Amino acid sequence: MSTVKLTVNGKAVAVDVEDRTLLVQLLRDHLNLTGTHVGCDTSQCGACVVHMDGKAVKSCTMLAGQADGANVTTIEGIAKGDELHPMQAAFRDNHGLQCGYCTPGMIMSAIDIVHRHGGQLDEPTVRQELEGNICRCTGYHNIVKAVLDAAGRMKVSQAAE
Amino acid sequence: MYQTTYHRASSVDEAAALFAKGSEAKFLAGGQTLLPVMKQRLASPSDVIDLGRIKELIGIEASGDTLSVKAATPHYEVATSDAVKKAIPALAYLASLIGDPAVRYRGTIGGSLANNDPAADYPAATLALGATIKTNKRSIAADDYFKGLFTTALEDGEIITAVSFPVPAKAGYAKFPHPASRFALTAVFVAQMKSGEIRAAATGASQSGVMRVPAIEAALKANWSPTAIDGVNISASNLLADIHGSAEYRANLIKVMAQRAVTAAG
Ligand code: FES
Ligand code: FES
Repeated sequence: MSTVKLTVNGKAVAVDVEDRTLLVQLLRDHLNLTGTHVGCDTSQCGACVVHMDGKAVKSCTMLAGQADGANVTTIEGIAKGDELHPMQAAFRDNHGLQCGYCTPGMIMSAIDIVHRHGGQLDEPTVRQELEGNICRCTGYHNIVKAVLDAAGRMKVSQAAE
Repeated sequence: MYQTTYHRASSVDEAAALFAKGSEAKFLAGGQTLLPVMKQRLASPSDVIDLGRIKELIGIEASGDTLSVKAATPHYEVATSDAVKKAIPALAYLASLIGDPAVRYRGTIGGSLANNDPAADYPAATLALGATIKTNKRSIAADDYFKGLFTTALEDGEIITAVSFPVPAKAGYAKFPHPASRFALTAVFVAQMKSGEIRAAATGASQSGVMRVPAIEAALKANWSPTAIDGVNISASNLLADIHGSAEYRANLIKVMAQRAVTAAG
């Protein structure tokens, strides 16, 4: 057992976990942040994506201990109170989800994609960049639409800030 | 995952000392291979020694005719580094094709080379460029480093600290990725060194992991152009065959990827 100290969604936490605990288990089982999902055990589906120090990572492919001292943001941490994050709003408006299982990971990856590419996003880039996120329902079409829509909204909201 | 003990090392020396103390220790860099393997219970190290935050192991340095990538530098940094893009653009391109974006933030060059997966990308560039693998004990030439599937010249407990690439006159990489795993079904890296030496290496194709391709090297030595490879005969013996592609298919892919790599190199 060790104590892992990290910041999750802006709150400092210290959690006692077994050394073999994965970051996703710390989030879901110890902090009850069940918005982050586990869709595979082969590091391929991306349902578990969270941001660590501003980068989209697969929380099922990290030990909790590797996140010691890090700043982690999960799907629960991106809305401002009742106001959805522009990426969440765009997924809702564009029908970018059906069962919703892949959605938290899609949204966390998509925000990272927009941050990296800024205004340079086009459809092939979004499809290419989403290669680490698998959806069994939508056929991706509306997900891609949502990401492109959100890229515009995020630029506008950044400009306003 | 079986029980294990996690250690975060803050220096290479500390990591080596921790390794020596563990009964069956393993080094963890980005963890993008080791952790999935541990989750499947195919590996059960007593101790996991995290190299990922050791400052002396992270960074990229270009000096004259050499580009040095420190071992715990993630693929994302190599793919986006201006120094890499300027010195060896084919290496930045190669790094941008590994796994997916989340994997590229975590996975490292040292981890890839220590693991030596027969379909990994970095071994192709390392061998084709004749790079030098620096460890905490010595320097190993790429030609002496790769020893077959998941096997390298590294001794137990030896830590890769950096990979030093000679800057070539020209280099190119072309990969036929497996559509699900993004590993190379076959990929080829070609390089024309400043000395005039021509080197080509293929990954994903051979039963014994990354390999030089002498027939392609000879053809390109005579004439550096994609068409020079048209008449090359690649033997299918010792090539991998699985549900994704026969040995003959991979033999042909070596040619096609080599041609594309030469085109990319210009
Ligand atoms: S649960 Fe992490 S990639 Fe599938
Ligand atoms: S919406 Fe069901 S898996 Fe993507």
